[in-house]
Amino acid sequence: MDLGNAASVAYSAPELILIAAAIGIVAADLVVSAKEQLGAVALLACAAALVAAIGLRMPFSERWIVQGLLHGAEGWLWSRMLVVDGFAVFFKLVFALAAFVTIWMSLGSAEVQDGDEGEYYALVLASTVGLFYMASAANLLMAYLSLELVSLTSYVLTGYRRHDRRSGEAALKYLVYGGVASAVMIYGMSWLYGLAGSLEYLKIHDALTHGAADPLTVFVAVVLVLAGFGFKIAAVPFHMWAPDVYEGAPIPVTAFLSVGSKAAGFAILIRLFYPGLSESGEGGAWAPLAGVDWPGLMLVVCMATMTLGNLAALGQRNVKRLLAYSSIAHAGYLLMGFVVLNDTGLRAVLFYLVTYYLMNLGAFVVVMVVANATGREDMDGYRGLAWRGGAVPAVAMAIFLFSLAGIPPLAGFVGKFYLFAAVVEQRFYLLALVGFANTLVALYYYARLVRTMFLDQPRGDEGVVALDAHNAFLLYFLTIPTIALGLYWAPVIALAERSVRFFLG
Amino acid sequence: MPGVPLQHVLLVGLVLFALGLYTVLTRRNAIGILMGIELLLNAANVNYVAFARYSGAPTDGQIFAIFVVMLAAAEAAVGLAIVLGIYRNFESIDVDATHALRH
Repeated sequence: MDLGNAASVAYSAPELILIAAAIGIVAADLVVSAKEQLGAVALLACAAALVAAIGLRMPFSERWIVQGLLHGAEGWLWSRMLVVDGFAVFFKLVFALAAFVTIWMSLGSAEVQDGDEGEYYALVLASTVGLFYMASAANLLMAYLSLELVSLTSYVLTGYRRHDRRSGEAALKYLVYGGVASAVMIYGMSWLYGLAGSLEYLKIHDALTHGAADPLTVFVAVVLVLAGFGFKIAAVPFHMWAPDVYEGAPIPVTAFLSVGSKAAGFAILIRLFYPGLSESGEGGAWAPLAGVDWPGLMLVVCMATMTLGNLAALGQRNVKRLLAYSSIAHAGYLLMGFVVLNDTGLRAVLFYLVTYYLMNLGAFVVVMVVANATGREDMDGYRGLAWRGGAVPAVAMAIFLFSLAGIPPLAGFVGKFYLFAAVVEQRFYLLALVGFANTLVALYYYARLVRTMFLDQPRGDEGVVALDAHNAFLLYFLTIPTIALGLYWAPVIALAERSVRFFLG
Repeated sequence: MPGVPLQHVLLVGLVLFALGLYTVLTRRNAIGILMGIELLLNAANVNYVAFARYSGAPTDGQIFAIFVVMLAAAEAAVGLAIVLGIYRNFESIDVDATHALRH
């Protein structure tokens, strides 16, 4: 159903709230001297966007009925540029929560507090708008615009600490890699447009299925487009920017990039490759276009990504950099659900993104707490963390790391279980084996950091880590669901299952 | 269609793309790399406009090209600001001179 422009305004409520708040903060920044008020406004805007995004799932006339969350309206917005469906709304919820926690983190971050905070919050909100549009782009033009909106704001956020050399260098590297990746991507998109005669995913799908386009040309165009999407999710071989950018950016920005930007990359990837370049079949199975073997290519990318990420993480001494490589490896795990070509795999990806959201953001909150207190990010700065005032952060970090490693009974275990189950069900035994070997490698470096925090004794030069109430609340906010989701995950997996629904009008 | 055949225009786009990629891969100067990115973007623009000219629905491709021009300007603005910041901190805009982050 084409919803028309009047209804499109109503369905764009979450984005409109964020845009209004971003502009309002830029204006208020000129007159308000208590900058933390701007952060509070940004926090409220994210909460409002979250509520509005939940509202999107309601039937239009009865938005207040909670049961509507699982049924919900679907349709085209703004002359078929955007689409609202279960899949888009699921990701919008994740992005709103990611932005919420990022701003919450920023309010307690020493790195953010000594800069131009007004601009910072406005940029985070603008970036979130881009993430929202990435989830619902149903047209190559919207996909490109939303991706660039996220990229441009991320470059600036990465270079936010203007006088810090690491921050500037990270921004430059991000800009150079990102600029090349998106330029290569739109060149690939131009070929898709030329071959299919349209920018709309569904028309591209119809034209390529029924037309006489040369499969090899389509494949080359798809590979070029993958450069841009692979860059966003930090998949090998487009991952080189990630360690430098994650290390150089302010910690809340790193957390935002590792969760928001990566999840949005998956959203845009799945929407183009599943409804766009595949055919939906019986029982939730999907078949790629004849002659265009992108699943084979992605299988190689998936195995290379997790292996390279985990092996490179082994030798890292900087915790932020270690988490950067770990997040590359996680892109590999997530791709496992992407390459199996069925709805079960996609459901596992969506569920894993929720658990990844909790545990990865949580790990970065602990990094921030330690950096706030001691100014250190290297592993020696974590020596005996539990015995010098940082018992709560140390325990929380252990929970997050074990969850990232996939140890029961934590959320990460359940997420990995669904991913591996989807892989084994489709008889990708080699992939399952590589994935399992990688999980073991990853356990080694996560456990090493835990050992440093608990078993090593402090030597006295590390500094005391005190936890203030603000960051303590934030830690509990992320720790409790990480444990709870490992014990009772039925509602979230049900939501993920119902969210694997693409509106194909 | 009169005039130049589509293949020739696409070839121009491909040559531009190759030149842009070569520039990006060989330049060590940050401004040089940004110029290479501009070449890549313009290669895509040539393709969009060419495909639009020779297809039934011309507006899509032309609109896309206009948006690319606009975003290239935005990216150049952000890029030059970042390069200026790098120059203030490192006294150089050579991408190899920036070593604050471990490789």
